[in-house]
Amino acid sequence: MSEMAAEQITADGRRIGPVVMEMKNITLRFGGVVAIQDISFDIREGEIRAIIGPNGAGKSSMLNVISGFYVPSEGEVWYKGARRPAMKPYMVARQGIARTFQNIALFEGMSVLDNVMTGRLTRMNSSMWSQALWKGRAEAEEVANREIAEKVIDFLEIQHIRKTPVARLPYGLKKRVELARALAAEPTILLLDEPMAGMNVEEKEDMSRFILDVNDEFGTTIALIEHDMGVVMDLSDRVVVMDYGKKIGDGTPDEVRNNQAVIDAYLGVAHD
Amino acid sequence: MSTTHTGADALLSVPALLHRNATEFGTAPAFREKEFGIWQTWTWAETEQEIESLALGLLKLGVNEGDFVAIIGRNRPYLYWSMVAVQMAGGVPVPLYQDAVAEEMAYVMDHCGARFAIVGDQEQTDKLIEIQDQLHQFEEVIYLDPRGMRKYDHTHLHPFRDVQEQGRAARSELEAELRAREARLGYDDRCVMLYTSGTTGKPKGVVLSNRNVIETARASSTFDKLRRDDDILAYLPMAWVGDFIFSVGQAFWCGFCVNCPENAETMMSDLREIGPTYFFAPPRVFENLLTTVMIRMEDSGPLKKRLFDTYMAHARKVGPDLLDGRPVSFGDRLKYRLGDLLIYGPLKNTMGFSRVRVGYTAGEAIGPEIFDFYRALGINLKQLYGQTEATVFITAQPDGEVRSDTVGVPSPGVELKIGDNGEVYYRSPGVFVEYYKNPESTADTKDAEGWVATGDAGFIEEDTGHLRIIDRAKDVGKMADGAMFAPKYVENKLKFYPNILEAVVFGNGREECTAFINIDLNAVGNWAERNNIGYASYQELARHPQVMDTIQVHVEEVNRSVAEDEMLAGCQVHRFVVLHKELDADDGELTRTRKVRRRIVEEKYADIIAALYDGSDTVSTETEVTYEDGRKGKIRATLDVRRAAVVPVAQRMAAQ
Repeated sequence: MSEMAAEQITADGRRIGPVVMEMKNITLRFGGVVAIQDISFDIREGEIRAIIGPNGAGKSSMLNVISGFYVPSEGEVWYKGARRPAMKPYMVARQGIARTFQNIALFEGMSVLDNVMTGRLTRMNSSMWSQALWKGRAEAEEVANREIAEKVIDFLEIQHIRKTPVARLPYGLKKRVELARALAAEPTILLLDEPMAGMNVEEKEDMSRFILDVNDEFGTTIALIEHDMGVVMDLSDRVVVMDYGKKIGDGTPDEVRNNQAVIDAYLGVAHD
Repeated sequence: MSTTHTGADALLSVPALLHRNATEFGTAPAFREKEFGIWQTWTWAETEQEIESLALGLLKLGVNEGDFVAIIGRNRPYLYWSMVAVQMAGGVPVPLYQDAVAEEMAYVMDHCGARFAIVGDQEQTDKLIEIQDQLHQFEEVIYLDPRGMRKYDHTHLHPFRDVQEQGRAARSELEAELRAREARLGYDDRCVMLYTSGTTGKPKGVVLSNRNVIETARASSTFDKLRRDDDILAYLPMAWVGDFIFSVGQAFWCGFCVNCPENAETMMSDLREIGPTYFFAPPRVFENLLTTVMIRMEDSGPLKKRLFDTYMAHARKVGPDLLDGRPVSFGDRLKYRLGDLLIYGPLKNTMGFSRVRVGYTAGEAIGPEIFDFYRALGINLKQLYGQTEATVFITAQPDGEVRSDTVGVPSPGVELKIGDNGEVYYRSPGVFVEYYKNPESTADTKDAEGWVATGDAGFIEEDTGHLRIIDRAKDVGKMADGAMFAPKYVENKLKFYPNILEAVVFGNGREECTAFINIDLNAVGNWAERNNIGYASYQELARHPQVMDTIQVHVEEVNRSVAEDEMLAGCQVHRFVVLHKELDADDGELTRTRKVRRRIVEEKYADIIAALYDGSDTVSTETEVTYEDGRKGKIRATLDVRRAAVVPVAQRMAAQ
């Protein structure tokens, strides 16, 4: 793995900061199945970090470990300089980690705006009574949260579907709404599970643009899983390559591209 | 305000109108824009402040008197302010089409020699950066939305807010200069330059003077009794003369409020929220709206459908008469009132037309069915006929004299005459000054006495004085047998069917007419859905035999209708193909205002046209397409040539 200074400026002028999250010797087992085997890597502030690998390599499991949905069988997750104890996913979300899902997980019956507002839930503190009566804190909170939701809606250019129920939207737009909901949480780290899966070229271009813009405008750290190699190589600063639960490569897109183990994994060399 | 502008004699420029409005009714709303889900309002006093700050900022940046300043972007208050600020600083605004590709923009920017551009966002900035090397005099870009441009080199890029801030800071130093420049704005000075879309050749820069704009705004506002409390929705391209006259000329003259949508996609819901009182749309918008309504009615329950059908039939019967103030029986009036309660009212509300007092359509002929539908609902939809060179208005329909087949009587101050070849000529206070740097074309279009050739063939109805337009004069040709060939006339009839989006008719100098048809994906797609017909692409749907059959029925109906007109019976369509791709401005087949570029279509699809005339049943073709990002690709297709039944024209031959 390439060594980097605590802080660096990329060729296109973005600031990449110190390590914000570190995975130390993570192993994840489901009964006898080893999904992830002794993997370590780090994510730096402000970078776009990709996790790639063939089907069943354990990428989504890895993302679930980062988001706190899975507790690793062995190993430690370090976040902002401290070891993260096992905690419920919503607690992880409150710490500033938001995600999107491979198979869209939105509230289909609710409008786009309401879905985006759910991204603000972890930031709301008013009591149930206060919200029900629309008194005191609840009103001020709602206004402040709506403002943030509207900025995200503007940013992702989905104003025209603000009031449309999600069920009526085409796939590409649903993906964008999911991104909006994750962004509404104003995350420190944004996890994207196959953000371009099933998209056509134009939709992929739009999504890439949005990912870059999010990273650029808000300085959000992004960790993403993606199958489209072209997209991964163009977007990311550093790439982790997994195969059969093991890490087989880690580095800049160029380093990874020339890594023999990676080439073998993708071109299909026989495994023992 | 240090200076005072009172009395009509001082109103010689748009900035002068601004000062008058800010002084006389400063607290009235001037501009609204929806942003972050909320309508933001600026009063006339605030608008004056914003514009002055920007004008001072422009002086600070070095805008000289007489400079052309390009304005590019979607309709936003900031860009309208920019136009007036440029005028205040002594410059001439040149609004450009925001969807123009970089090369088109390069031509115009180079032609007018603009040193400055005020643009909406990164997309426009990128285009300017791309063409910068070809432009010698171009210097600075001012942009509104900073998104995506933080890393750009900012030596020649300026955020709009910063320019205004610098303007405010330099007020004491530059105000005297600004006032002096404003005072020098004369009635015959350039007010704006607008590039015509150019159905043929390169775009031409039409120079309009303050006199053109203000006289036209005054006359047309009086004609339609426009008021200070009117509302319009500004959503048509800023580079189009109509938008300049409605959203700047008339808005500043009357002092009404200009509302800008959140973005292009939200236009329909913004329309509903604002409920404009004065509304303008090309026929296409009314067509699409009607198609949407009809599609939704098809999908509704039987009771609603029956109510809708019953009351719409009644509305068609008496609605237009009620609108024109003709006598209608008491029973019919009562039924119409009931219909208004149950159907018309809610429908108008859904479409955003509840408050429309004056509605206009122009640019193309509108289908009588469509036109009558809106009139039947009680919406005062009228037609006008105009062009950039006339500062829009040539003819318009007065209230009470509205028909779908004419374009109205001459607007106030306009004189009309018909040339020997049938071409329509006009003379008015709105007649443009010149084509910029193109005295030849100016002389070709405008004669020494100020008569301007419209390029359209038409005639004036003797009994009513209304003007009727037949076709573009240069498109009117002759068939091989000498009969008149007016493609537009037939195309319009075809396009009145919701299933047909675009049609191009050929036949000049030939024995028979043939046509290209573009299906309307919305209407046909919905039909396919309802009938469980699967399709993967536009191309597949366009080739579907049932779709072809439907189109054939439409073509044959049009043939029967065309045959009724003795003069034009020869224009019946004998054979047609349904094209495998939509004609597109990006491919150069349409202008940016979506008019067909006949010659380019003819060249590009020469193989298909040949097949239409050599008796083939199918034709294989390969077409180059340009994607939105400028890349090119190819699509291949095999098209079926269909034969349509025609009404024999023997009678016509005998009559000649």
